[in-house]
Amino acid sequence: MTITKTQRDILGSSALRPDGVSKVQGDFAFSSDLHAENMLWGATLRSPHPYARIISIDLSGAWKIAGVECVITAEDVPGQLTYGLISEDQPVFAKDFVRYMGEPVAAVAADHPETCRRALAAIVVVYEVLTPLTNPEHAIDEAREPIHPDGNIIRRQQIIHGDVNATAPIVVEGTYDIGMQDQAFLGTESALAIPDHDGAGIEVFVATQWLHEDRKQMAKCLALPEEKVRLVLGGVGGAFGAREDISLQVHTALLAMRTSRPVKMQYGREESFFGHVHRHPAQIWMRHHANTDGRIVKIEARFVFDGGAYSSTSSAVLINGVTHTQGPYQCPNAIVDGYAVRTNNPPCGAMRGFGVVQACFAHEGQMDKLAVATGIDEVEIRLRNIIHTGDTMITGQVLESVAPLERCIRETAAMPLPREMEAHPHELDLPGGSGRTADRRNIVRGIGWGVSMKNLMYSEGFDDYSTARCTLTNGSVELKFATSEVGQGFVTLAPQIARSVLGVDNVTYDTIDTQIGSAGSTSASRQTWMSGGAVDGACRMVRERLFEHVGALHGIDPLRLAIDDTDVVDTIGSLRITVQEASTNFTVSETFEYHHRPTQDLDDNGQGNCHVAFAFVAHRAVVDVDVELGLVKVVQIATAQDVGRVLNPMSVIGQIEGGIAQGLGLAVMEEIIVTNGIVRNPSFTDYLLPTALDAPQVLISMIEEPDPQAPMGAKGVGEAPCISVTPAIVAAIRNATGKSIDRCPVRPQDICF
Amino acid sequence: MPVFIPSSLTDATRLLSNNPSAHLVTGGTDLMVEVNFNHRHPETVISLRKIPEFQHWNIDNKSGVVHIGSSVPYATMEHGELAQALPALAEAARTVGSPQIRAAGSLGGNLGTCSPAGDSLPVLSALNAIVHLHSETTSRSVPFAEFMVGPKRNSRLPNEIISGVTIPLTNGWQGYAKVGVRNAMVISVASVCLAIHDGNVRVALGSVGPTIIRGSESEAWINSVGLENVTPSVAQEFGERVRAESRPIDDHRSTAEYRRHAVGVLATRLLLRGVQR
Repeated sequence: MTITKTQRDILGSSALRPDGVSKVQGDFAFSSDLHAENMLWGATLRSPHPYARIISIDLSGAWKIAGVECVITAEDVPGQLTYGLISEDQPVFAKDFVRYMGEPVAAVAADHPETCRRALAAIVVVYEVLTPLTNPEHAIDEAREPIHPDGNIIRRQQIIHGDVNATAPIVVEGTYDIGMQDQAFLGTESALAIPDHDGAGIEVFVATQWLHEDRKQMAKCLALPEEKVRLVLGGVGGAFGAREDISLQVHTALLAMRTSRPVKMQYGREESFFGHVHRHPAQIWMRHHANTDGRIVKIEARFVFDGGAYSSTSSAVLINGVTHTQGPYQCPNAIVDGYAVRTNNPPCGAMRGFGVVQACFAHEGQMDKLAVATGIDEVEIRLRNIIHTGDTMITGQVLESVAPLERCIRETAAMPLPREMEAHPHELDLPGGSGRTADRRNIVRGIGWGVSMKNLMYSEGFDDYSTARCTLTNGSVELKFATSEVGQGFVTLAPQIARSVLGVDNVTYDTIDTQIGSAGSTSASRQTWMSGGAVDGACRMVRERLFEHVGALHGIDPLRLAIDDTDVVDTIGSLRITVQEASTNFTVSETFEYHHRPTQDLDDNGQGNCHVAFAFVAHRAVVDVDVELGLVKVVQIATAQDVGRVLNPMSVIGQIEGGIAQGLGLAVMEEIIVTNGIVRNPSFTDYLLPTALDAPQVLISMIEEPDPQAPMGAKGVGEAPCISVTPAIVAAIRNATGKSIDRCPVRPQDICF
Repeated sequence: MPVFIPSSLTDATRLLSNNPSAHLVTGGTDLMVEVNFNHRHPETVISLRKIPEFQHWNIDNKSGVVHIGSSVPYATMEHGELAQALPALAEAARTVGSPQIRAAGSLGGNLGTCSPAGDSLPVLSALNAIVHLHSETTSRSVPFAEFMVGPKRNSRLPNEIISGVTIPLTNGWQGYAKVGVRNAMVISVASVCLAIHDGNVRVALGSVGPTIIRGSESEAWINSVGLENVTPSVAQEFGERVRAESRPIDDHRSTAEYRRHAVGVLATRLLLRGVQR
């Protein structure tokens, strides 16, 4: 038999996204495109106040409007009145108090979105407006009464490690502020809920990061058994952490159950800013003690994360922050105190980088201060301190992951710098861009560095397993998993895995829903490792069954069989048949659950093996700054990232370039501005995201040192790109301007005054 | 909701008289944002995009004026003959939103909305543009300085429609610069248009006051100094004077202090560009 060699979409190839063409052409159905016969629209009434007591709610005006089918409040929630990912402290609808601007108070279902809008306007809520708690320090110092029965401190965690009295001759100190970033996914929250005919259950199509967790929380609030709540993934237009908490899920389902009709809810852009959690603003103080050779001896630190009104994942974000105090550097002694607190600011939770973004902004600022104080250059100071596999971290945990940090730094440093700016550059290449604010002579160039490490998967004893099923029949494979595809590309990767393991080309995947076990969340850079591990495991089990089948037919020990390209071959004999032929009239289906190794809680001193694994990355930023006007153009980012093994080069490059754009946003423009608990810029007119003109040239090196702990040697690549790029850009601005800037995003007035 | 699409100015003004609460729309780049934010709930809309003379522009070198219909999109001003005749307007047009917005948005909208952050308005101010207004029974022409009377307030009467502007040509350099916290597609934090005509400087400031501000005192000062005497330090002082004429506020986009600083810097730089020093 001759084999026609074609490029197969196996692991290592840049297989194209199965939904790529339809997304580009506008045919892909996002959850907001869903429609059902006889469908109603739902809408949410939200608090205009950051903190107020609800005196009364009068729904009668809304009920009188023709076309309104249902109006609900906290009174109508049949099950648990609150929900939450870690602590169930957030009301489905505010009952006695509203604790942040935008908190849901009531919801309506009606025949048209405009009818909904009028119904919401007709609901009369009488509030006793209270003074909001907006300063996180006032949550800590107990100057204020608790604004929630669970208290104003969501979690405090200290880390005490080594000799706390250790001293060293060089001491540098800084206080760093990180603004509130929004995930700003393009596809706003939306769901379509369809009640079962018997009224005993519900099917919900929703854009989410974790179907099973949504189902668990929804079932409790709806007072339904979990099996009566079936979730199907609606087309997701980005997530970045903002879909980890539920938003409109319970509201939509409840309206559908009350009306016995399908109900669709969809947030507009402004509502979306109030409908999901944001990145925690944080203030971090650090003091580094080092020897004159630059080696870190001790770090003292204090973290304050503003969690906003409800806890969401604040306690886990705090842990990520404090346990990454040292960054990717050795540190024998540490004293860290960290708080995640409750305020009447918008709730904060998961966002790409999850607490490590904030820690990294501080520790990289400190490394640059250390470089200045010791007279060692910023690359060398980092190289002297880098952490290695086998080193003990400040939690007492031994770093077991492959840690090619030196390669990350050296390969980044070796990349070419951009050319000097031309004498007469194109106006769009200057800071200020189309505004034509600058001339060549107004521009100063700067270079800065950022290096980071990021934990992968969930921590602190959490078993965030993933499940996958593989069915092989007649040379075709169908995969089943509940892994949320939010744009990261698991629907591309999963078939690549099956093609590589099983030697088939025709691989499809079933609807992504709750009709199989949990996949865990699409977050924490975990799905390639976890759901990839589950698909890999299921495919390997199927392969064993196929070998048994072929072995029995041909009288060969199955252990001698292997897959070679698309064939089953006898490794020490002559048998060679195609997988297609070998699986004709043969069907096998296997389900596999992948669990990562167990982790532990931290003790009171912050000691414990709390993390699963780590990935590393280095960023070098080159910026042009108009110092007088305080405007910045990021010219180039060079990066070398520890990826373990590249399973799809194009996908990895996409993650790296996208993450850099998001980190650039935090460095120079993206911030939700909150004054006294009031959000000032809930729109894309005023919450600025980088455009193509703001995006820099990106030079990428993917460092491949397969990690033996990872199922396919591959580390998650989603978060690392956006973490140290932010401090690298800010360092480059400091380098260009000579100014001490310890906050991000950097505003024009931070540079020019 | 009725949407009228008149094909002549006469029909349009008559429709507006008969429907005094109607909202006027051309590109919709302002109105639809207002609607989406629930700030406006139009019951009747009159679309002006099918009125031929509103789409028309011409350069009359003999009379030394450019006429631009109120529905001519910014995209048309960015390049070509209009851009050659009015370089500052072209530069302002290039800063408006995205290509999609520039294909739809027009001067009629900027004038109708009259936001101090309207990108084209400092240019219309510095170039002494005349705004043409028509009702069913009247027609009048108003200098821009009398047209804009406050933030989002103008002297257009409820029954009037803006048909276009007439912009006198200048015989010297003209330019525009705008600060935003993003390199494109951003609302102005501060903007300046500077134009030179017959050796005299005119300067207009955007986003730093309740209206577009003409820097009259700064103009008088620099014109008394004389363009031939402009040095970097003179330009610096010009910037200081412009800065003093601005009246900005703090808001979520920026601070008054920064805006004041920024218009001064822009004025200095534009003057140096204007005298090529």
